[in-house]
Amino acid sequence: MATREAIAPLRLRASRRRWGEDVVKVVLALCAFVSVATTVGIVVALFEPAIEFFRDVSIVDFLTGADWAPLFEPASFGVLPLVAGTLLVTACACLVCVPFGLGAAIYLSEYAQRRTRRILKPMLEILAGIPTVVYGYFALTFVTPRLQEIGLPVGVFSALSAGLVMGVMLLPTVASISEDSMAAVPRELRDGAYALGSTRFQVSTLIVVPAAISGIIASFVLAISRAVGETMIVLIAAGGQPNWTWNPLEAVQTMTAFIASVGQGDVATGTTAYKTIFAVGATLFVMTLVMNLVAIRLVRRFREVYE
Amino acid sequence: MSVSAGRLRSDGPRGRWSGRAFYGFLLFSLVIGFSTLGALVLQVVLKGYKWVDLVLLFEPPSAEPLIAGAEPAILATIYLGVLLLLFTVPLGVGTAIYLEEYADRDRWYNRLLEVNIQNLAAVPSIVYGILGLAFLVRGIGLGRVLLAGAMILTLLVLPTVIIAAREAIRAVPDSIRQAAYALGATKWQVVWRQVLPAATPGIATGSILALSRGLGETAPLLLVGALTYVSFNPTILGEFTALPVQIYQWVARPQEEFRVLAASGIIVLLAILLTLNAFAIWLRNRYERRW
Repeated sequence: MATREAIAPLRLRASRRRWGEDVVKVVLALCAFVSVATTVGIVVALFEPAIEFFRDVSIVDFLTGADWAPLFEPASFGVLPLVAGTLLVTACACLVCVPFGLGAAIYLSEYAQRRTRRILKPMLEILAGIPTVVYGYFALTFVTPRLQEIGLPVGVFSALSAGLVMGVMLLPTVASISEDSMAAVPRELRDGAYALGSTRFQVSTLIVVPAAISGIIASFVLAISRAVGETMIVLIAAGGQPNWTWNPLEAVQTMTAFIASVGQGDVATGTTAYKTIFAVGATLFVMTLVMNLVAIRLVRRFREVYE
Repeated sequence: MSVSAGRLRSDGPRGRWSGRAFYGFLLFSLVIGFSTLGALVLQVVLKGYKWVDLVLLFEPPSAEPLIAGAEPAILATIYLGVLLLLFTVPLGVGTAIYLEEYADRDRWYNRLLEVNIQNLAAVPSIVYGILGLAFLVRGIGLGRVLLAGAMILTLLVLPTVIIAAREAIRAVPDSIRQAAYALGATKWQVVWRQVLPAATPGIATGSILALSRGLGETAPLLLVGALTYVSFNPTILGEFTALPVQIYQWVARPQEEFRVLAASGIIVLLAILLTLNAFAIWLRNRYERRW
């Protein structure tokens, strides 16, 4: 009897079904489901009223119209001035965050001593932690007057002022993701170039940046996506009138600023003006979604190549 | 990618100058960031320090700048913070445990879940505001109340908490799990008694950083109705305004006195966020374990 038990194969599985374990797994999956529900909620919340909106207003007129005056009589629903305003501010932001964010990343990854980096990096991250309403205040009360002092003909509100400040806010985003991807470049590549007599400058620009390019581009794309979706800085410092211009010294209204200024008031539910929030919001969501997916894919690529 | 060896050779004085110019450019990149940070802090402190007083902290807002305070807004921001932690930590940690310990990476729906969370982390905050306006305020008829604001901020910072919690859970070495299994622990016993305690410092740090991000948000709160004039202290199911929204209201007024008031409000807001961040960093340095 005893010997037969010893010969019988060991059963390593649980001796009975543990219902508690199953319940736990279901509860955890439900937590994860909240994120899925959020995305579904966003899509439904945006597109259902947006589709209703496009029953009243032709989608072609919306996407190609050059005049945005939804609250006036006769109303006009051409979204292009808002898109142009958004792109203009975004371009100003990129002027700052792309070169200097990359510069900061190269410095931190290739030039700084380990100790210097450990101090500088968190300090730079502080910039990303400051609330955007504070940046808006800073653009309005500090940057705009300085721009006027150096002789630029800017008014109280301008795309340039909002864009420049936004660029500084996004600098750590670009720097941090770019630096991550540079850190993933294997040391041997650098050592090989040094062995051939390269300077640090050549190693940085000819070896590290090209090798880390997918992560660097991802950081740019993500920064652009953030700039397009940023609200408070433009609401405070860029102006409140739709204005189709490519002159950064003028005041413009962005898509986000429009949503915020209409959505904060008491617009009656069901009116076409109320639905514009969702039509513009859907446009904004699609634009940022495409950029986010591109960035996620690029980041995954540099992780796969070197790690 | 290929670089010819000739281009990698150091090319004498000319190369040295371009190297120096490049180094100068790199330093300038950092200077841009730090000088802006310095100018911002100076501008705010110099303009607003005089009005950071008991009136600001303990009086309701007013059309008269001299007696206007931000007590309802400050209290609402504290309430929002407490609710935010209560909502996000269980949801975020639960999702992180599911993804790290339970989910099968090869299943398409789990991969989709990951991409979904990464994307949600980058969705513009105003879009969350629209979600709140459509579903919470108008849809289920919750109205423009503090709870709606807290729920929308929860969804907004949830991806950040999930990502931080996943990193903390991933940092717990597998040998700990294996040892617990070898002693006969069930999966949940391993997670609850071994993995979570070991990951707690990382999770706490990530959650507090996310909290400070959420409390600084303005745009989504504008859409769920935090712009109303509130002269009484908030309740969870009552109308509310939060500190960043109060600051925005003051900035948006053209009179100089309100700009000063805005600067004072910013000092209080930055002080709250800085305290939270410092606490998070202290937690990390004090309890972080390297395996």
